[in-house]
Amino acid sequence: MKQIANWALNVATMRGASYADARIVSQRSRALTTKNGKVGSASDAESVGMSVRVLADGAWGFAASEDLSRPGVEATAARAVEIARASAQVKQQDVRLAAEKVVTAEWTTPHVIDPFSISVEQNIALLLKIDSELCAVAGITLAESNLNFNREEQWFLSSEGSDIHQTKYSAGAGYTAYAFAGNEIQKRSYPNSYGGQWQNKGYELIEALKLVENARRIAEEAVALHYAEQCPEGTFDIILDSSQLGLQIHESIGHPIELDRVLGMEANFAGTSFLTLDKLRTLRYGSEMVNVVADARQEHGPGLGTFGFDDEGVAAQCTPIITNGLFTGYLSSRETAHTIGETRSGGTLRAEGWNRLPMIRMTNISLLPGEKPLSLEQLVASTDHGILMQTNRSWSIDDKRYNFQFGCEIGWEIEHGKRVRMMKNPSYSGITTEFWNSLDAICSRDEWTLWGTPNCGKGQPQQVMGTGHGAAPSRFRAITVGSAYKGS
Amino acid sequence: MLTENEASDIFDRIKKLCSADEVEVLFSGGRFALTRFANNTIHQNVEEENHTVSVRTVFGGRTARASTNRFDEDGLRRVVASSESLAKVQHPDSDLLPMPDSTEAAGGALRLRSGQAPEGARVTKIPSRHFAETAAITPQLRAEAVGRIVNVAQTHKLTTAGIFSSSESVEGIFNSHGLSHWHTQTLAEVSITMLAADSSGWQKSNSPDVSNLDPLRLAEIAAKKAIDSANPTEIPAGRYTVILEPSAALDIVGFMFWDYSGMAILDQRSFLTGRIGSRLFGENITIWDDVAHPLQTGSPFDGEGMPRQRVPLVENGIVKRVVYARGTAERMRRSEHKDKVGPIAATGHGFALPNEMGEVPVNVVFAAPQDPQTLAQMIASTERGVLVTRLWYIREVDPYEKIVTGMTRDGTFLVENGKVRQGVRNFRFNQSLIQMLSSVDAMSVPLRSCGEESVDMVVPAMKIREFNFTEVTKF
Repeated sequence: MKQIANWALNVATMRGASYADARIVSQRSRALTTKNGKVGSASDAESVGMSVRVLADGAWGFAASEDLSRPGVEATAARAVEIARASAQVKQQDVRLAAEKVVTAEWTTPHVIDPFSISVEQNIALLLKIDSELCAVAGITLAESNLNFNREEQWFLSSEGSDIHQTKYSAGAGYTAYAFAGNEIQKRSYPNSYGGQWQNKGYELIEALKLVENARRIAEEAVALHYAEQCPEGTFDIILDSSQLGLQIHESIGHPIELDRVLGMEANFAGTSFLTLDKLRTLRYGSEMVNVVADARQEHGPGLGTFGFDDEGVAAQCTPIITNGLFTGYLSSRETAHTIGETRSGGTLRAEGWNRLPMIRMTNISLLPGEKPLSLEQLVASTDHGILMQTNRSWSIDDKRYNFQFGCEIGWEIEHGKRVRMMKNPSYSGITTEFWNSLDAICSRDEWTLWGTPNCGKGQPQQVMGTGHGAAPSRFRAITVGSAYKGS
Repeated sequence: MLTENEASDIFDRIKKLCSADEVEVLFSGGRFALTRFANNTIHQNVEEENHTVSVRTVFGGRTARASTNRFDEDGLRRVVASSESLAKVQHPDSDLLPMPDSTEAAGGALRLRSGQAPEGARVTKIPSRHFAETAAITPQLRAEAVGRIVNVAQTHKLTTAGIFSSSESVEGIFNSHGLSHWHTQTLAEVSITMLAADSSGWQKSNSPDVSNLDPLRLAEIAAKKAIDSANPTEIPAGRYTVILEPSAALDIVGFMFWDYSGMAILDQRSFLTGRIGSRLFGENITIWDDVAHPLQTGSPFDGEGMPRQRVPLVENGIVKRVVYARGTAERMRRSEHKDKVGPIAATGHGFALPNEMGEVPVNVVFAAPQDPQTLAQMIASTERGVLVTRLWYIREVDPYEKIVTGMTRDGTFLVENGKVRQGVRNFRFNQSLIQMLSSVDAMSVPLRSCGEESVDMVVPAMKIREFNFTEVTKF
């Protein structure tokens, strides 16, 4: 593979590229689903190819092909240079890359069990066991479960001399029980909605999720929601479970700190950001308790944003994003680092596959846990009147990442420190900075989970990327609740 | 680009490698290029060529799929082995039908166990969707067009961001019962955002034929929206008469079409469960799925090779029927819902098997209203309302009442006394699609439109009563 990459780099530099990198990627995936007692889908996929990214005449060009023959690779590299020269016709200034040390490295996701070594029969048996538990509950009208495994091996070589071989594994699993009755469809998911929990781990993730053990409870909750009170409209203190808070972090911190958005590069599709450059180290993003990091290092945990090196050869790093409530950092790349006065990239450039251009993506954007011991039940006990909301059902935020609205699958009214009744259709909304400044309690490390979001869309052509979000249940004061159903 | 003959040869090689009772091979891929600009600069410029072969095998009611982009002997051997090994360990599926043959796909005698023929089945003829001029677009040509868009921005002292993409793609299916289909298509797309200090405007258009695109006109419209919406004022959330431009209408109504599926009814996840045959929308709403419509794109066959039929989804506000894959239709005929769902027949809208979702309409066409109005006429007849260019981040809040939430974006205006008065800060909406399509006072002639959240459709601009804005954002 290195020889193939060098064919590309040689042609690119011979044709005048001032910088070039080549990524050869081999991806393998397995997806298994069940629905109402039967296998819904069973599929394997592999994809292998190479891309060449070049700077020529001060502008970017990128070409990718499945053809790994020498003529094919050289044609792809030449095409990338031709595209860069076309780009250079419409530029305001030359692209500048922050310096990065040349590195030769091997990195593999730490894992105990290669997920592809587990037989399909065993996987299907697990999913069907979950399914039977869900369907055993009267009132369940649809049960769906899924298992997903991915392996991505990448060879990255650059004209500067970097040579990085990296292999990443990820796994995901989850299920949802639906109950249709009257004029309502209610659902409950475990361990999270939209595919469950995902991490950069082997099959040991699946074994640790206690999937079967929770299925009956989840199905019973889906049915019980039909008999629950509608979540009221008004202003309430709310407690978010860690999975919902993970998505809240993703949407209202993770996206606005992407420096390409801030600089207008995503204005046509994903949008821009309220976090203009003047807000760095001046904006009080949240309350004093809010400490958020962007951490791609393995020591942060096996998140979907964990790696050894990003897709332009920059080593994984930890960047403080919010420090005691103050906004302190963006997600950056070699091209954008200089715009915030940095001399080195934050190491966040990633691509969906061999045929996609790397762009700034969230790594693991995590809210650090509270330092004092605090369990969820203790947090509930310390809340006089409020609503606990669990598991995301809908999410939406404006294109500058100010106004958001989230719906959850289930809510629990809290009175005098006790959960007193279930609530259906809970939702809350707000303005990003006002919301994070209303945080007054975060549970401690033992309640902290590094959630995976496998479906983050960004870019044109759109790329789907996995990101990680560590969170512990937290409380927010005086939040607008129930506007999703306002007027309906 | 992979040709039909090359694909046919690959299929023959796969058949020889295969020991399954039945085998089906899907081909997809092509060349795709996209020039992306922001801050009046081309900042990303990409091109790729890739093809995928996807093999489904069947052993006695057991089926599975494997895919690869490696077309050499090892790659094909591996993908066949992978598909077969996955299929062999499945549980037999009593609902799995034999693969269709070319006679069935042409609407002749069916291999369905029920022996019933689909109503109105026929081979679907579509206009050519491959244009040499589009296929021949170069990076140089795209850069020149972007340069002209940037000139418009600079003339108006604005900043622009957007894309100009072009592609040439293939889609094919072959199976061991002799069925084969091949489709080639081109597509060119331009999307433009113009940004001012506190406002923006947006336009987007695409077509298989690049000569139908007018990037300069789109750039001027987007620039005017950015200029006209400067210094946006805040007006309170509430119920307003709203005029949705076609792209906005497309993005919001698109969220209901996943429910026009036989499988969604069987799963009881559709808002149409128990509602087919009833008048759910206003009498002025008629919707078809029609792959052959001259403004539509896409292949005329589905994931099993069945011809996509023209299907009336809604007539004069009454939900008439949903679409079906072969297997879904067969299951529906045996289900408790069979007498409550209108005509049941394979309509050629199925996804590639195996899947859990069944089928979906992908070529939605709104019928022209009896008295179409231009956008200008809709504005002129509005005493007080909001003109919306684009909607964003739409998500489902309530699956049965079909309440969706989302934001306005890139050109939101207050209309008063028949005139566009000024830009307003963007709103969040929480709106039932059932209520919305029951409150349409006026529509334009439907156009081919594209947004970001739903598939391209032929859809009109709509003037809607009592649209439910629930919050205002800060810009």
